[in-house]
Amino acid sequence: MTGTVINIDRVVKRFGTFTALHEVSLDIAENEFFTLLGPSGCGKTTLLRCIAGFEPVSGGQIRLHGEDIAPLPPFKRPVNTVFQHYALFPHMTVLENVMFGLQRLGWSVVDAEGRAKQALELVHLSQFLKRRPGQLSGGQQQRVALARALAPEPKVLLLDEPLSALDLKLRQAVRMELKQIQRETGIAFVFVTHDQEEALTMSDRIAVMSDGHVQQIGAPREIYEAPANRFVADFIGETNLIEVPVLGISDGMAEVSLPGGRALRCPTPLSRAVGQGVLSLRPERIDLCPASEADLTVIATDQVYLGTDIQLKAQLAGGQEMTVRLQNAEATRLPERGTEVGLKLEAGAARLLSA
Amino acid sequence: MAAMAPGGASSSEIYKGNASRLLLPTWVVIGVFLLVPVALMATYSFLTKEFRGGVIWEFSLAAYDQFFLDRGLFGDEPPRIEWTFITIFWRSIWQAGLATLLCLLIGFPTAWFIATREARMRTVWLLIVTVPYWVNLLIRTVSMKFLIRDEGPLNAMLLWSGLIDQPLGLINTNLAVQLGLFYSYLPFMVLPIYAAVERYDFALSEAAADLYAGRWTTLRLVILPVVKPGLIAGCILVFVPSLGAFLAPDLLGGAKSFMIGSLIEEQFKGAAGNWPFGAAAAMILMSIVMVVLLVYARSQTREAKA
Amino acid sequence: MKQLDLRRFPGFFAITLLCVVVLYAPLLVVSVYSFNASTSITNWGGVSLEWYVDVFTGPESPKFQRAAMNSLIIAVLAGLCATLIATSAAVAMHRAGRFKGKTATFALINLPLMVPEVVTAVASLIFFTAIGFSGGVGTILLAHITFCIPFAYLPIAARMQSVPDSYEQAAMDLYATPWEAFRLILLPLMMPGIFSGFLLAFIISLDDFLITNFVKGAGVETLPTAIFGAVKQGIKPNIMAISTLMLGVSVVFVTLSWLIGRSGQAKT
Repeated sequence: MTGTVINIDRVVKRFGTFTALHEVSLDIAENEFFTLLGPSGCGKTTLLRCIAGFEPVSGGQIRLHGEDIAPLPPFKRPVNTVFQHYALFPHMTVLENVMFGLQRLGWSVVDAEGRAKQALELVHLSQFLKRRPGQLSGGQQQRVALARALAPEPKVLLLDEPLSALDLKLRQAVRMELKQIQRETGIAFVFVTHDQEEALTMSDRIAVMSDGHVQQIGAPREIYEAPANRFVADFIGETNLIEVPVLGISDGMAEVSLPGGRALRCPTPLSRAVGQGVLSLRPERIDLCPASEADLTVIATDQVYLGTDIQLKAQLAGGQEMTVRLQNAEATRLPERGTEVGLKLEAGAARLLSA
Repeated sequence: MAAMAPGGASSSEIYKGNASRLLLPTWVVIGVFLLVPVALMATYSFLTKEFRGGVIWEFSLAAYDQFFLDRGLFGDEPPRIEWTFITIFWRSIWQAGLATLLCLLIGFPTAWFIATREARMRTVWLLIVTVPYWVNLLIRTVSMKFLIRDEGPLNAMLLWSGLIDQPLGLINTNLAVQLGLFYSYLPFMVLPIYAAVERYDFALSEAAADLYAGRWTTLRLVILPVVKPGLIAGCILVFVPSLGAFLAPDLLGGAKSFMIGSLIEEQFKGAAGNWPFGAAAAMILMSIVMVVLLVYARSQTREAKA
Repeated sequence: MKQLDLRRFPGFFAITLLCVVVLYAPLLVVSVYSFNASTSITNWGGVSLEWYVDVFTGPESPKFQRAAMNSLIIAVLAGLCATLIATSAAVAMHRAGRFKGKTATFALINLPLMVPEVVTAVASLIFFTAIGFSGGVGTILLAHITFCIPFAYLPIAARMQSVPDSYEQAAMDLYATPWEAFRLILLPLMMPGIFSGFLLAFIISLDDFLITNFVKGAGVETLPTAIFGAVKQGIKPNIMAISTLMLGVSVVFVTLSWLIGRSGQAKT
């Protein structure tokens, strides 16, 4: 089943005169890996802390299975958090840390110990029960924090940038493991991160946030391929943003005039015609072509070798910079610096957004 | 613990409504047993003295008058400046200042030496320098008196070695008082300087050496200015308690090294007790200390802003 | 070429040694002379424990024992009270966020450090006389609690500063009530600071002469006032034995607090 576990309804959070969340609304489904993605200061951590109960909301409601939990203090919410720097109790052993929540819920020591051991088994840490957090590596601490938050079987697990303190290699390994644990336990995860790669690889759905607003909610593919606005297009992945005149819009398709005069039909989230729009062109969906077939004509200015890819920097006639990503195949031929190059827009390369 | 405010709470919010309850004991104890007494003392300095100690509740400026003005034996001469007490205060400031300087001259190299040891040795050295501070101040002062008496071990050793042919006569001098003050408060100088040197970035010394500064030039132009906050903090911590010190001047000094502490003590203990006068002298001492601390606090905030 | 060590200054080590000699010579000399068999404090008459025997059985021993008892009781009680008050103040100052009068409260806590000791002594004497309170040990105890508060506060507040409030948040996230979060998480983590605070307050109370001398009731003595009274009539060998004993107690306490501080660090 896929009922809604958390319903966030027009939640407002103000700190003095600063508004961190502007009427944020979203639903999180059971069994879902849900990510709040955005640059620092966008309000994603604040929203997480509102769900956990560490920040009282200034307006709106947060419902857990339909019940408003706003009046409940954190220790009465069936929701647990993996903290950014784990916040493992330094004076307790690993086992005591994991048993802590269970004991507060009134479990007997024996039962709590059994469950805690299960939780630690889930994260492959059964051999460290008697250690103190200070004697563990960063990755191990992260697993203890996860086990501690999972042990009470919360309705929702909140994760506040839990991978940010780990190094790159470890981070990549833990991503897959987290996703797997989420599937195994079937608990809804709400994951906060500023790292788009992390968000794209793990999430069932992503909410992109900026300046206290939710910009778009959708599956990773949707967010990447059909960004709702300029911010999302620019924040997720690489893109070229070019201002173009709009000729007409109907049924989710727009007709625009490209620099150089050719007309192009592309999808758009806009519903009514606007005079000017922004065209988002994904660099990896642009290819080189002979000048006669070209949608756009540019002058090559520079190239950056990236291993799997080669990035071609170019300039439109108006002086605007463009980036094209070419696969590094043996046959790839790169234009000389300063020469004119024709560019072909492949299907799904372009999307019209509001200016 | 009190009920939770509705709407959830951050952990700091658990205690938010309770700040006043948690602080009540502090306010009451320090308020009633320090703030009120100091206010009362200020009041006493403006009252009339009762012979055999205490006061009569009648407003009078006699205490301050007696402190600053000399009106002759019978109080009928035109007032001149009374130098007796001003001299005692001036001497106290001078003595405390010299003790501070002594602490600084010895304390800085010591703190530097300790802070540049490897981590393990640093703790050991710090312990060595601070342990004497934890020994009772009276006992330390008595020990110093015992050591430097004319018949004491120091003179005995020097006489025996033939370095001197009669005792140094150190006891009951200003120098003995300075030595005692130095001995009492040296750790107060070493610890803040140590903290400053420990934070000092030695890349600065390397940069100075790279730019042709010698060792001592680096000390003067780079190190001292950078650790200055530590030096000033140390000086304040030594100077303030030295100024009102009682034990070192009383036990080690003679009549010529009479300081504020003893002057005030006499007004409340001796037969010549004069409570309003003692309160006035204490007020003047406190004013001096408060001015020093205020100037320090202001320079700190100015530094923080810059 | 010899490598230039920028950390080394010629003469600094010698000054450090001088410093250590000056700090320890008086204590060492007194300790040695406390074992002097001669009744004169000037001449050396061989090693003996007679002055230690005298301290416990001699004609002055009841006086000093009573004084020592007073000192100990006052120091324990003043240390405990000051630590309790300071702990509660530290929790408010570091966990209650911003509130009205916080800066003033901070100044108030540190006031006993800023007011010169002799001024505190005079003010306390005047206050206790004015309210007609001459409770002997009582006045001393109240005065000691007051000036011990900032000393107890310093290590406790320093410790609290190093305990981020995310621990308590994590505890509450794991269903601990605020009281449990305090008792199970904050209090144990603060414990090394609280212990150092108590030891510091205890030693400061034991150390005090000036304020005690002003506020003590007639006939009530603490060890420092008793020793001061005796020293006024000249330094006698039994004083040196008492001094050496107190020196030993101090060293034990410092070592203890150092070890506790270190174990507290090792755990976190």
